Amino acid sequence: MRSKVVIGRLFRNRQARYGSIALILLVALAYIGPFLGSYDWTDKDFLAFLSPPSADHWWGTTTIGQDMYAVTLRGMQKSIIIGLLVALISTGLAAVVGAFAGYFGGWVDKFLMWGVDLLLVLPSFLIIAIISPRLRGATWLWFVVLLAAFAWMITSRVVRSMTLSLREREYVLAAVYMGIPRWKIIFRHIVPNLSSLLIIDATLNVSAAVIGEAALSFFGFGIQPPDVSLGTLIAEGSRNATGYPWLFAFPAGLLVLLVLSINLIGDGLRDALDPGSNS
Amino acid sequence: MGKYLLRRLAINVVLVAIAASLAYLLAATTMNPRAAYEGRQPPVAEHVIDATLDAYNLNDKTPVLERYATWVSGVVTGDFGKTWNGGSVNDEMGRRIWVSLRLLLIGTVLGFVIGVALGALSAIRQYRFTDRFVGVSSFAIMAIPVFLMATLLAIATYNVNRGLGFTLIEYTGEYNPRLSGWDQLLNRVNHLILPTISLTLGSVAFYSRIQRNMMLDVLGQDFVRTAMAKGLRRRTALTKHALRTALIPSATYFAFAFGTMFTGAIFTEKIFAWHGMGAWLVDSIHQNDVNSVAAVTFFTAICVLTAAFLSDVLVAALDPRVRVS
Repeated sequence: MRSKVVIGRLFRNRQARYGSIALILLVALAYIGPFLGSYDWTDKDFLAFLSPPSADHWWGTTTIGQDMYAVTLRGMQKSIIIGLLVALISTGLAAVVGAFAGYFGGWVDKFLMWGVDLLLVLPSFLIIAIISPRLRGATWLWFVVLLAAFAWMITSRVVRSMTLSLREREYVLAAVYMGIPRWKIIFRHIVPNLSSLLIIDATLNVSAAVIGEAALSFFGFGIQPPDVSLGTLIAEGSRNATGYPWLFAFPAGLLVLLVLSINLIGDGLRDALDPGSNS
Repeated sequence: MGKYLLRRLAINVVLVAIAASLAYLLAATTMNPRAAYEGRQPPVAEHVIDATLDAYNLNDKTPVLERYATWVSGVVTGDFGKTWNGGSVNDEMGRRIWVSLRLLLIGTVLGFVIGVALGALSAIRQYRFTDRFVGVSSFAIMAIPVFLMATLLAIATYNVNRGLGFTLIEYTGEYNPRLSGWDQLLNRVNHLILPTISLTLGSVAFYSRIQRNMMLDVLGQDFVRTAMAKGLRRRTALTKHALRTALIPSATYFAFAFGTMFTGAIFTEKIFAWHGMGAWLVDSIHQNDVNSVAAVTFFTAICVLTAAFLSDVLVAALDPRVRVS
């Protein structure tokens, strides 16, 4: 089986192995860790404002007495979910748009690629920054949709150009002569043949989305309070990072580790799925 | 060729117009410049606010399309309107573009040159210590988002300065306006150090990855072997034949980065307090400054399209295969 071969190759690759172990540990920390701490992320300890890490508050407390350990893990959960959802949506959209444009050609292609160009020209930062603070009170899923909406265009161009050559393959032509509807051909024969590209792209999109979320939240354009993410925590912590380093160090360190482990896996996946290329 | 270029130019003009219009309409319908006047102490009478906002074409009581029409008729003649407090957007933009350029020029060029050199070097020394070291560091750097890198640098410098007892490296602003002559120039260079490091590190990591992969591709090819077989020294064969071909993708990215340099670096500018285009974007969103937001979008769209065009031209110049087809 191909998937067995790929997984075997992936785990023979040292960096991918380290990346996967790190990622599993981080996800476990984010989702199991909160049960081990003695505070909830909404609790406020009015006897300990800005106290440094201690036996009671493992990672210290914030200015309003929240337990840093609980809050940081809560923020990491949000960052991980946002990263996964954005990657899924944007890679899926890229695959569909690219494959339709490439397969149908003609005016469908022109129209879709024109849309891609337009979205590339619009400064995504600006659009998200204007809209997302107005979503205060609405669900954070809107923020995911916004991030995903500006992350798929370049991949869809790659998918389109690969579809152009796949379209002429014998098995696609055979399917056409068997009278299978064209949209079915796209989902059954074209998209599965692009799977290695899409898997790699989705993996790297996770880390890009985690960074994108953190960057927007850093300016207050992302996740809105009272909810927290790694980005909002880093933004708050960086304001007085010299005096109270634990407010900054823990979320920043976890963000870097998270992104690093995903990137290592993505790079290893590329080697495993696509041994010929070294890009 | 001329016809193709003309058609492309026309499409680009349309794209810029649509992008700027969408940004204007989005900003004009969602932002509230009135808030800045309503909250004042002592309170300002409503008709005064209306009159002021009317003068700046920012009054939300005027229908959006009417404001849009006024804005378009200004833009067509090259006038981007007024900022939220009555300044000229054109003047502001003219000033800020140069701030961004002064900030980014050195970092962009340095990042490209060092990145390409390191990438080529690690391809030649594949799997040896240099290669591993460059690879691991670029992975680590790419995992650190630019706002984190800039903050870390600022914190480190703060501690160094405090430890030394005097300001060795400046970490905020563009220059000290009280100095003049050579002192002023030195002061500017000092202010540039930190933002340049934070900009350069990221692009070095990026370019070194691309360059290494391309170089590895090229090193295995026949024309490099031929070049060595005909008696060229290894160094000449590598730089003149291999590196030149392997430079194409990084050069494309560089052309793109060079074109978009004028739009500024949002995070670096904000964190190190340079008042360039990137910082303007964030500030104008916070200040509900509709006309500035639209102007920044317009400018960015032009830069992106010019940069894309520039990188195409560069590929054609470097790659003979593209020129023929």
